[in-house]
Order: sequence, then C-alpha cells, then structure tokens
Amino acid sequence: MLKIYRNLKPYTVSIIMILVFLFLQVMSDLYLPTLMSDIVNNGIMTKNIGYIWKTGEYMLLIAAGGVICAVVAGFLGARVSVGLGRILRNRIFRRVENFSLHEFDRFGSSTLITRTTNDIIQIQTVTIMIINMMIRAPLTCVGGIFQAYHQDRTLTLILAIALPVLILIIYLVTSKVVPIFRQVQRKLDRINLILRENLTGIRVIRAFNKIDHEKARFETANKDLTDTYIHVNRIMAVLMPMMMLIMNLVTVCVLWFGSKRIDTGEMNLGALMAFVQYAMQIMFSLLMFVMMFVMIPRAQAAADRINEVLSTEPEIIDPQLPEPAAAEKGYVEFRNVTFRYHGAEQSAIQNVSFSVKPGETTAIIGGTGSGKSTLINLIPRFYDADEGQVLVDGIDVKAMPQEELRNKIGFVPQKARLFTGTVDENLRYGKEDASEDEIRHAADVAQASEFISQMSDGYDSMLSEGGQNLSGGQKQRLSIARALVRRPEIYVFDDSFSALDFKTDAKLRAALKKDTQKATVIIVAQRVGTVMDADRIIVLDEGSVAGIGTHSELLKSCGVYREIVASQLSEEELA
Amino acid sequence: MSENRNNTSPAERPGAMGHRGGPGGSIGRPVEKAKDFMGTLKRLVKYLKPHTFRLAAVVLFALLSTAFTVLAPRISGDAINQLTDGFIAKHMISEVTKAQESMSKPLKARLDQIDSARSQAENQAKAAARAALEQEGASQDQIAAAEQRAAAAADKAFDDRISQSVTPQALSAMREMVSLPRISDIAGADEKADTVSRFASLAKKLPQSDSSVQSFQLSDEDLQKYLGDIRETNGVIPFDAIAKTLLFLLFVYLLSSLFTFLMRYIMASVSQVTVYSLRKDLNDKLARLPLKYYDGHTSGDILSRMTNDIDTVSSTLQQSMTQLIQSVCQILGYIIMMLLYSPILTLIVLCTLPLYIGVTMFIASHSQKYYKAQQKHLGTLSGHTEEMFTGHIIVKAFGRERESIETFEKVNDDLYNVGWKAQFMSGIMYPLMNFVSNIGYVLVSVVGGIFVTKSFLNIGDITAFIQYSRSFSMPIIQTANIANIIQSTIACAERVFEILDEEEEIPDTEDAVKIEHPKGDIRFDHVKFRYTESVPLMEDMNLDFKQGETVAIVGPTGAGKTTLVNLLMRFYEVNGGAITFDGVDIRDIARGSLRTMFGMVLQDTWLFNGTIEENIAYGRENATHEQVVSAAKAAHADHFIRSLPEGYRTVLNEEASNISQGQKQLLTIARAILADPSVLILDEATSSVDTRTEVLIQKAMGVLMRGRTNFVIAHRLSTIRDAHLILVMNHGTIIETGSHDELMKKNGFYADLYNSQFVGANLE
Repeated sequence: MLKIYRNLKPYTVSIIMILVFLFLQVMSDLYLPTLMSDIVNNGIMTKNIGYIWKTGEYMLLIAAGGVICAVVAGFLGARVSVGLGRILRNRIFRRVENFSLHEFDRFGSSTLITRTTNDIIQIQTVTIMIINMMIRAPLTCVGGIFQAYHQDRTLTLILAIALPVLILIIYLVTSKVVPIFRQVQRKLDRINLILRENLTGIRVIRAFNKIDHEKARFETANKDLTDTYIHVNRIMAVLMPMMMLIMNLVTVCVLWFGSKRIDTGEMNLGALMAFVQYAMQIMFSLLMFVMMFVMIPRAQAAADRINEVLSTEPEIIDPQLPEPAAAEKGYVEFRNVTFRYHGAEQSAIQNVSFSVKPGETTAIIGGTGSGKSTLINLIPRFYDADEGQVLVDGIDVKAMPQEELRNKIGFVPQKARLFTGTVDENLRYGKEDASEDEIRHAADVAQASEFISQMSDGYDSMLSEGGQNLSGGQKQRLSIARALVRRPEIYVFDDSFSALDFKTDAKLRAALKKDTQKATVIIVAQRVGTVMDADRIIVLDEGSVAGIGTHSELLKSCGVYREIVASQLSEEELA
Repeated sequence: MSENRNNTSPAERPGAMGHRGGPGGSIGRPVEKAKDFMGTLKRLVKYLKPHTFRLAAVVLFALLSTAFTVLAPRISGDAINQLTDGFIAKHMISEVTKAQESMSKPLKARLDQIDSARSQAENQAKAAARAALEQEGASQDQIAAAEQRAAAAADKAFDDRISQSVTPQALSAMREMVSLPRISDIAGADEKADTVSRFASLAKKLPQSDSSVQSFQLSDEDLQKYLGDIRETNGVIPFDAIAKTLLFLLFVYLLSSLFTFLMRYIMASVSQVTVYSLRKDLNDKLARLPLKYYDGHTSGDILSRMTNDIDTVSSTLQQSMTQLIQSVCQILGYIIMMLLYSPILTLIVLCTLPLYIGVTMFIASHSQKYYKAQQKHLGTLSGHTEEMFTGHIIVKAFGRERESIETFEKVNDDLYNVGWKAQFMSGIMYPLMNFVSNIGYVLVSVVGGIFVTKSFLNIGDITAFIQYSRSFSMPIIQTANIANIIQSTIACAERVFEILDEEEEIPDTEDAVKIEHPKGDIRFDHVKFRYTESVPLMEDMNLDFKQGETVAIVGPTGAGKTTLVNLLMRFYEVNGGAITFDGVDIRDIARGSLRTMFGMVLQDTWLFNGTIEENIAYGRENATHEQVVSAAKAAHADHFIRSLPEGYRTVLNEEASNISQGQKQLLTIARAILADPSVLILDEATSSVDTRTEVLIQKAMGVLMRGRTNFVIAHRLSTIRDAHLILVMNHGTIIETGSHDELMKKNGFYADLYNSQFVGANLE
C-alpha cells in the first residue's frame, strides 16, 4: 500500500493542503461544543439572550467555515485520489507495453487487464476513504483530546484510561479479523475460479458427465466461503457493540466524575457538556478507524498485484548506443542461438545456426513443441537469446533499437488478432500513411478484397471486438494483409494459414509468392504442402536443427522430415 | 449521550466497496432500477423464509436495541437535570447564605443605629419632659406620664422622620430579615426552602438602595423553580439520585449493546446462509441449462451475476437490512423523543429536512451526469486495455507501443477529468449534510438556550434534545442511502433470478434406459434441427453408423460439422426425427449415461486449475496413477509431462498458460483415452498438434478405435483419408458421402477441397 502511495509525489502540495483543510474542518467541528458550553455558562446561566444570539451567529459562521474547508478538502481529495488512479494506470500500461513476451506471459493478459482496470479502481476507492476518514480520525482524536484537556484536565484522565483499552481491543480484533478477511478474499477468488472453469468448460464437463463432480467442488468452496464469512461477521458482531459499550461507559464516567467536580466547584456545567461531546467525538473517530481496517485487505491485495507489475522490469530494453543502421536489407542470421524459457528445464532452442538472404523463402517445420514459434519470435526480439546471436542485416538485434528492428519485419502471428476499428484502420496498423492503392493491393494479395467488398461498408466496415463478426479465415487474411501493407524487408508467417480452407490457402500463397519476390520470407508451417517449394526448409526437432535444405535434399538426408512428409502425403504425391 | 451512529455507518460494509464510496456516497450515483421491484423482492424474501424465526428475532433485537439507543440520551439528560437542579439549589443556598452573611451585619447595625437613635430621641424627649416638669415641681407620677407622652411623641416624630428614608414595612422586613435563622443552620429541605422563600420576599421589601440583595430580584417562576429544587435536593447535588440514574443509563447501554450484538450475530449466519443457498441454486441451475443458453450469453455476464450481483445481495442482507430497520426506528424514536421535550424545537429540526432533500437532489442531478460519463470512459479504457493486452504481440511486432500508450493516456485523461468531478460531487455530500445538521444544531442551541432562560426547558432537556437532533441526521442520510442500495440490490437479485427462470433442459425421463454393454450403432432418422427458428440448418438428415466404423466429417466452417456432434451428445435437442443409439432413442437414455458412452476431444482445450494427473483422470473416476500414465503415453503426452518440473504433479495455472496449446491438446486426448468410451468424437481435436504427432496419436488411437465408432472432424484432409466413411457437409446438409477413393473419383466438392491443399506446391 505504502509503495503505491509513493506515486502521490506530484500531489505533495495538494496533500498538505488537504491535511490543513481537514484539520481546520475538524477543529471547526470540535469548536462547536465549546461554543455551546459558552452558551450554557454565559448565556443561559446569566440569562443573557443577546449573548446566546451572538454566540449562535458565531457558531453558524464556524460551521460554514467548516463546510467550506470540507468542500475544499473534498475537491483536492477527489483530484488526488482519482489522479493517483490516473498515474498508476498510465504507469502500469506503459510498463506492460514495454514488457517483452517473457514478462507478459508470466502474468497473462486477463490478469494484466484486471490489474490495469479493477485493481486500480479499488485503490482509488480506498484512497478516497482514507482521505475522508482515516486522516480525519486521528485529527479528530488529537484535536478532541486537546479540547477535552482544555475543558477539564482531571476528567481527561478517564480518556487516558479508556483510549488505550479501546486501542488494545481494536488491535486485538483487527489482528484477528484482517487475516480472516484476507481468507475471505482468497475463498471468493476460489469460487470465482471454479465458476469460470465451469462456464468455459461446460461442454467438456457435460461430455464427461462430471456435473455432479463439479457441483461437489463448487459446494465445498461455497460452504467454505460461507463459514468463513459467518465467522468473520460474528467477530465483527462482537466488536462493534463492545466498542459502543466502552464509549458509553466513558460517557457515564465523565458524567459521574464531572458531577463530583461540579460539586466541588472545580468545573462548570458547560464544560461538562462540552467534555461529553468531545469524548464522543474522540471515540467515534476511533470507530471509523476500525471500519477502515476492514477495507485494507482488499485494497492490499490489489496493491500487491499492481506492485508486482510495476516492479517487474522489462528484460528487453533498447541499447544505450545503438549501432548505425546497416546498408544491407533483408538478411537474417542465427549464430549458435540457444534459448530457454524462464524456469524451463530444457532449452526451447538449442544451438541453432542458419542465415537467410533477400529474395529467399525459408520454411520452418517441426513437431509440436519443437520450437518453431519460439525461433521466429527471436527475430523481432520478442525474447532475447541466452547464448549466441540473432543478427538482422548484419547487426545483433540487441544492438538495434526495437522500433527500427521491428520496422523491418512484417509479422503475422499464429492467432489472427485485429483491433476495434474499420477494416481500413486495421490494415493501416503497420503503416499509417499507406495509400489507398497499397491497401487494396495488400488485400488483393491476401485474398481479402472479395469478402471486404461484400461487407456493408467495404473498407470502412467496423470490426467489432477485434473482428468477432469475421470467421477465423477472414481474420487471418486481414492479418496477412496488414503485414503486407508495411512492405517490410522480412516477412515472418507463424503458421498463419491454418484457418484458411485449402483453396484460399493455395491462391493466397501463389499471390504472395509473386508479391514478396524481393523480400525475405520466413514461414512456419505444419503442412508439407506449404513448405515444399521453399528455397530452404529448416526442420526442427525438440529445439535443435534436424536438417536444413530443399524438399528433395531433405527427403534424402533427413529422417525427421521424411516422417513428417509421410504422415501427410500419399505415396503418389511423394513421387 | 450515545450517538449510536456506528450501527448505521455506510463505511462499514466490507463486501461492497466497489459500489459505494464514502459516507453518503451512493446517493449521488445513478441507481440501477429493477424491472419488477415487488416481484423480485418477494422472491428474495422467499429465500429468507427458512430463517423466519431467526429473522423475527433479528427484527425484535433491532427494535429493542434501537429503543434503548433512543432512550439513552433522555436518561443522561435526566442525570444532567438532576445535576443542574442540585447545582442550582446549592448555588441558591450558597448565595442566600452569602447574602445573609453579608447583609445581617449592616442590617443589624442599621437597626441598632435606628434603635439607638430612637432611644436617644426618646431619652432626650424624656429628659426634656422630666426637666421641664421638675422645674414646675410636678409629682413623680406626672413626670412619668409626661415622660411617656414625650417619649411617644419623640417616637412618633422619629418615625415620621425616619419614614422619609425607611418605610415602616421595610423596617419591619429588616427586622424580620435579621431575625431569620441562618440558612446554613437549617437542616430540613422544606424549612430551607421556606426560609429562602421568606428571604426572597423580604429582600424585595428591603430598601432599594441596599445593593447586597439586588441579585435576588428573581422572577416568581424562577423563584418557584429554585425553591422546588431546594425542596427536592436540600441544596446539595443529589449524588445518590444521579448515581441511580447513571446506573440505569449504564444498564440501558448494556442492553442496547447486547441486543445489537445478538442482532448482528444472528444476521451473520442468516444472510450468509441465504446467499449460500442462492449461490447453490444458481450453480445447480447452471448445470441444468441447455447449451443453447451458454451460446447466447457470455460467460463474463453469467460470472458477473454469480459473483458481483450475489456479493451485493450478500452485503445488503448483512448490513443494510438491519440498518434500515434501525434507521427507520431511530427516526421515529427521535422524533417522538424530541416532541416530548419541545414541539417547537422539533419543528425547527424538522424544518431542516427540506434542506437535506434539496442538497441530495442538487448533488444527485449534478453527479449523475459525471458518473455516466465516467462509466463511458471507463468502458473505453477497459476496451482499449483489453485489445492492446490480448494483441500484445501485434502491438510489439508493428512497433505501435507509443500510439497505444498515447491513446491510453488520452482516454485516461478523459476518465480523470470526469472521474474527479464525480468523486468530488459525491464526496461533498457528507460535509453538506453535516452542515445542514450543524445549522439545526446551532438553531436548537440558540432557541433552546433562550427557552432555558425562560424556564421552558431545563439544561438537561436541551442537552438531550441536542443529542437527538444531532443523531437525527444520520438515520435520514442512511435511509436515503439504503433506499438506493436496496434498489440496486433488487436489480442485482433480479439478474440472478433471471438465470433461475431460464428454460431448463428437458429432464431425463423416469424410466430412462441404461445401455449396459453399448456397441455404438448410431442412426440419424429424419433429423431436423435449427439453432434459431428462422434459419434452416438440418432439414432431413438420415445417417447410419455401425460399431467400429470411423466416420470423418469434412466441410467448410459453418457447414454444421459440430452440430452433428452437439445433437449426438444431446447438447441440443432435435426439432424433428430421432437419433438412436444401439436402437434406443437417445431421449430415452439418461443424459449422464448417454454421455459416458462418448469420449470427446474438442477444439477447445479445456483444462482446470489442478495437477496434470487430476486433469487426465478427469475422464474416469478413481483412475490409478498407472492408468493415467498409460493414457498419457498413448496420447504421446508422457514425454513432455515428464520434462515439466513437477511431472504429473505440475499444477496447471488458471489460464493453463504454463503449457503450450499443442500440449494442452495432448492432455485432452489422454483424458479421452482414459475415459475409454464406446464412441470417440474428435472435433478438430488435433488442429494444434503437428501432423507427425498426430500420426503417432492416430496410431495409438487406431488401437483404441478398434471396435468403437469414431467421429473425426477435421479440416486437415490428410488425417482422415483412412476413414471408412467421409461425410462432406455444406450448409447443414451432407452433400457427398463415401470413402476417400470414391470421393476422389467423383471429382466433386471433396476432390476439389482435397486437391487444393497441394496447389500451393504445384503452382510453379
């Protein structure tokens, strides 16, 4: 929590002002009983009606001053707390955008979204509460004690006994309750997890006839949560009346000892009345404080999640002194590259070396988990190689600004992902100033122009929620077209044709071949048909290169390749 | 003097922070309204029915605790009254004593002076008379008589003379005053009062010039009141009575706390158990809903109803219900109490009510528009975040981080600009309410103070009244708040009930058949099916599959391949015709036993948050470790599982992102293998598995498939060439059937489809 509040630095002045205004406001609240006591002593006792009116006017003035202070504090408080939300959001978003895939995968997109939105709102809400109550409470407490002391020193002794007792009880109960509230949070998360699983896996659960099993799982979690809730609410049920009782006991004591002191003439009636009100205000401020404690665990959990993101340093950063841009274009070279995912026992890529020239098509083929995607993710420096070097245009990718590097590459990922916006905007994603011709051409090559023209607004049709209104194949074609618009030096296709039917696939590849003749093309594929005519085929097997060569070369030399081919093509096609 | 506000503080609501801000915070927010408020309320009440007895206890305790809370300021006011009465009586006595002390000497002196002057004058007159008569030689008797006459005359003359400065009444008053017993010497309260009364009345008769008695120029009412006080208290502070009152007060506080505790204690379980059963009912309902429902509703929506909405209901039951009871009782109780003290002051307090309403309306009208705008910007922001994060790799690949951040910061600024205003508007609600309350406080203090000076009220009454009037504002704010909370709670409950009202799957028939030794003969008999009534899909489907056959279904997306499976497993009900399993209509088989005859591997690789072993064993109850391992081996998953840090005990994280898509698929295949079904359905099951592995799996499956009926849906045609029968589907109907070779010879849709996959290679 405190770590989060370090982000409030730009608001230091505001926060000081809030403290001042809240203090003034609290003081005005506390001053009213003193004035009331004056009315009793100087007005009522001496029957000075003029004095009563005058003091009354004065009280109104003080109350008005108080409300003005409160409004100013509220104004600043709203700006500070919502401003904190803004700062945190910007920081998180910036940080996540700079994450390499390594850090990104560690969190997963859904939790990162939650952290950027809900968690920050949580923090914002609690900050408001803290400003409204948690700051006010100690101010009221201290101010109240001061005023009470001012009214009567001896009676303040009662507070000196009651307050520590109250604080001790608060401490004991909260130290017991806060961990339980944390448990409640965990158990709620657990229920949500089970629910989410039940919803997403509804078909599987039904197919395996596991409904009762899931019900039992849910029942256990539900019961567990309910019991914990009841437990903690029961503790709270003890706490609140007990605190009230202590507060009331203090009032009774004040009345009793106050009477004694009035009898001996050491105190007057007005002072006693004011004192009672101060005692109430002090106790009440403590009560507010307790309520705040209940909120802390939730906010703390959110704060922890946010801090976790903020404290994760992006592993991949731009070089301090980038090497000057190379004159060559379209060269990719792997030099003894080894790469291992964090925490993985085995390397995903093991000592891979190859080089690619412009105008060549290189295909990468291999089994599931053989490292195909990993390999090509190293080219745009989504990950950094642990050993060896990845060079683009003769320069180590680590020595190049990321933006410059990625500008050279047209990347088409496995999962076609589009953004909300028109078709045109999506196609321009890699090159905003592309001409209309360039867009049309790319769409033609990607075999997308036909279905785009069939859409209601053509290129200006809106894609809702990342293209939910499109089929998988259509999305994939747009995703390819998007890369084509860039006219990059190097094309990287990560199994990007999987959702296309065979006919479209074939047409697209034929058109692509023509269009990318001068560029470097790297294709990850599973279908032999896709890779057969490549200039170079790299066969990966469990992260290592099992063979590099053309289709016919590999058929002769590479056993793994032969196996793959045999699994897909019939005898006659092999011939 | 209890300001028992803690019972009703809105801050104390652990379960519902997101919805409600600071005190009074929810008033300014737009409130979601239920479509059918009463109906939903009634249903919600039904859920509370099993707890009727305990709820009655809760209400009773709430009433009692509130009653005592309301009573307490009155009692403490009594104590203060006793204190002030005693104090005033004591003050009076001491003043009288002081006055007596200070007055008696000068009065006596004055009287002595007068007396001596008189006797001097008498003596002089006497002496003069005696001297005159003695000269005349009068007898002693004559002298004595003359002396007396002279003395009487002198007396009269003296009287005449003195009456110009002191009236005879004043004189006699002075005399009586001096003769009054010292008040400090009197023991009896009544005698004291009588003496004081006599003193006061005598004081009035004393010469005006005498300043020492000025302070006793009291009005008659005051005097009577003070005398009453003296009679009651005997001029000392009545500590015995005060102690009794305070003990009674303590007792009332104790009861109030006790009842509050009992109320909360009982409510803790009532509310949570109610929510528990609501959650359970909902979950049970979800199990009975047809898949059609899930197709039409996002899981996010359902999830939100089950979590957020139920959470809101939970905290409302826990907090707001009892608060509402207490607040309403408090308002009534306070008003009654205030009326008992002073109807006029009560009127003043009630006059501030329109101010509360005015403030609320003012703030609500201003803040709602900011809240709406905030909601809108928040939506945009979440949307952008979601897109950018799920498309992280694209953003990186196209180097669009900067633009993405710029957009985000712009939306974030917009959000900030309305957000703080919304927050501010709802934040000042409480201070403004407090101000209104303070206005009431000041008015009551002033008017009440004046009333006390006029003796309409006692000081204790005014303090008690102030307590009431100050406490009065809290339950009012509370009630307004809770009214809003209850509205949105009912809206939440309504959403929950909406799910409960959804049409369920047709329940299994009573005499549902269980096929003991399933073979796997499946027939589609004139099957008609549409997802939506208006869109025709399957109109008249007739198919016949025999045990041991492998059937491949191919066709473009949307051709109805998955529909076939959905119907087969009775995820959906046919609109016409029938599907039979081993000659039995599947509608006559219990869903559970029907589905156990199928093993299914879907495109969607669903795994749950548990160990890999648990996930594989999901397919079969009580599977041994060896069975799990051999299933994994058959699915070619064993190798990669063993390379994971914890092997079979590796826990899949929430998104199962710690293994690859292909690996997930292998696990689902292992799961299906372990289930050992009579019919195997592979719905594009191997789309994420490379072909080489797929061949290996198929080899393993080949063994497994023997003797079973298999349905394979795939768009990778090479994988289905060995099928006994290939169904080519398009637009919901089967357009071609036959084996691979037959279909190739036909040179139709299938041949076209098949050949196209190699076109790329042969284009050269």
